[in-house]
Amino acid sequence: MNSISLPVKNLLRRPGRTMALTLLTAFLALAVFGGSVVVLSLRSGLNSLEARLGADIILVPSEAQSKVSFQNMFLQGTTGAFYMDAAVLDKALEVEGVEKAAPQTFLASLKADCCSIKIQVIGIDPQRDFTVQPWIARSLTGALGDMDVAVGCKVEADVGEIIRIYEQRCKVVARLEATGTGLDTAVYCNMNTMNALLQAAEAMGVSHRIESGDQVISAVYVKVKDGYDIGAVNSRLNGHIRKVTAVRTRSMITGVSDSLAGVSRTVTILIAAVWVLAFIILLLAFALIIRERKREFAVLRLAGASRGMLSRMVLLESAMCGLLGGLAGVGLAALFLFPFARLIESALKLPYLMPRTGTVLLLAAGTVLLSALVAALSSVIAAFRLSRVDPGIALREGN
Amino acid sequence: MLMKAENISKRYLRKTGGANYFLAVKPLNLELSAGETVVLMGRSGSGKTTLLNMLCGLLSPTEGEVWFNDTSLYRLDDQALSCLRSERIAAVPQGRSAIDTLTVLENILLPAKLYGRSLPVSDARQWMERLDIAHLGDARPAELSGGELRRVAIVRALTQSPDFLFADEPTSDLDDENTRLVLSTLRDYAHERNRAVFIVTHESEAMAYADRSFRMDGGQLIPAADMKGAAPA
Repeated sequence: MNSISLPVKNLLRRPGRTMALTLLTAFLALAVFGGSVVVLSLRSGLNSLEARLGADIILVPSEAQSKVSFQNMFLQGTTGAFYMDAAVLDKALEVEGVEKAAPQTFLASLKADCCSIKIQVIGIDPQRDFTVQPWIARSLTGALGDMDVAVGCKVEADVGEIIRIYEQRCKVVARLEATGTGLDTAVYCNMNTMNALLQAAEAMGVSHRIESGDQVISAVYVKVKDGYDIGAVNSRLNGHIRKVTAVRTRSMITGVSDSLAGVSRTVTILIAAVWVLAFIILLLAFALIIRERKREFAVLRLAGASRGMLSRMVLLESAMCGLLGGLAGVGLAALFLFPFARLIESALKLPYLMPRTGTVLLLAAGTVLLSALVAALSSVIAAFRLSRVDPGIALREGN
Repeated sequence: MLMKAENISKRYLRKTGGANYFLAVKPLNLELSAGETVVLMGRSGSGKTTLLNMLCGLLSPTEGEVWFNDTSLYRLDDQALSCLRSERIAAVPQGRSAIDTLTVLENILLPAKLYGRSLPVSDARQWMERLDIAHLGDARPAELSGGELRRVAIVRALTQSPDFLFADEPTSDLDDENTRLVLSTLRDYAHERNRAVFIVTHESEAMAYADRSFRMDGGQLIPAADMKGAAPA
């Protein structure tokens, strides 16, 4: 029983007091850890969306913007399709300032007997693609073969499984890493597969194609050369290609980014408010507890404890409460955050991608340490005042 | 081995009333030597406890010095004074002085444990036996009567095996039989181990156990007659 074991005994033998202080710090840790994980997840989601879109400009048929919301397609995985002539790709490449251009073709499957699941199918040209292909390459060595599909992490199909899309049997060859966006609910295939699927859909009377010739695409992703102004290239594309609208991806993300900033600000203010409140409550709690324990500390002084020993004991005791509270708060937050991540994502309607395990663990450790530190700090004043009291006077006052 | 109070006084700030300060202990000199039991009596508020606290290093005097052999107690830094108190000077304060979260035995061994010294468990058990609380080692202070708690505080002080033992009202809450037991134990400790015991009390019976006695009146220390040899066996 020295300056370490005495605080431990005090905590164990005063369970009510310990529980109350622990709950207070748990509340603090819950807010800090929970809030930080949500904000980080939103940031990773946005970064991931930016990376997946990967282009500076997207070309879509002019009427497409009225047909579906791009934002909903990318963020929430809303299915949709629109088509234009594949020649748009070559026209885009003619425009000055365009470094790369890659086509994508969309097809929405049905929730019907012909299809295993209702999903967005995206056809890509592996030779030209610079947006989705690098992401697919992380999960699949080699190219996507004909009638092969790579599925987003939220599509309920395992590698090796056969899924039916408009009665066509497609083999799942890869499951992709999470992006935290609507892209996680899509299925990716090469253009041959996409053409086969489009024909099958047409044969079933599901009219996806418009009167635009044999070869159709839904969008062209454009990368602008270094040194060129994206806005200027965007204008040139709009002027050069008829019936097509060039949309800057930044403008698509700006709305998301603004919402994210709003959510981040709210969460940060909430965390700060909880901090201040918890700190004040802890400050008062420790002041009251130490006043109540004045005689106990006087007895310790009587037994030979120095002021330094007493201060260390008080700080250690409060830090231990903070540590316990921190662990409880982080545990409690984890119980809600991880199992209900999808629920949070759909409630926020924003890209939401959990940070890596290492980051989460670091954040958890940081929160626990912070809780211990805040608890210890809130008892510093009380500990200092206590150590200044003459034990003779404290013994009298405590009687 | 000597403890010497040199011209010490204690002045307190008075928070209410007319004068700003009042002198709880007027300047006084006192020497305590090894092997003697000194008893201090006086009315409530006469300054007895203040004097005891100053002598045992718990309350710094407003003026004057308290010497422990050649060391001036209040010139030591807090760490050194605390360590000295833990090893050489023990005090039994008024009222409850047990920590509720510790058992009786843990309370008794507290001074040694604070400094990581070897635990004088057999000494503690002997003193507990002598003061008839041997059966209470594992009990919690909340389960004890006032008299038992007094004896726990006395056993803690005795177990420290101090050169100087200061006891403030050690017989309050005790019945006659236990009062005699405590007083004779303290006197024997001083005599048999050649240590000094200083007792502050209202109990007139304590005078019979004193080698020297004093009376405190209005903060002034007044020597009483030499009582040596008058104590019962």
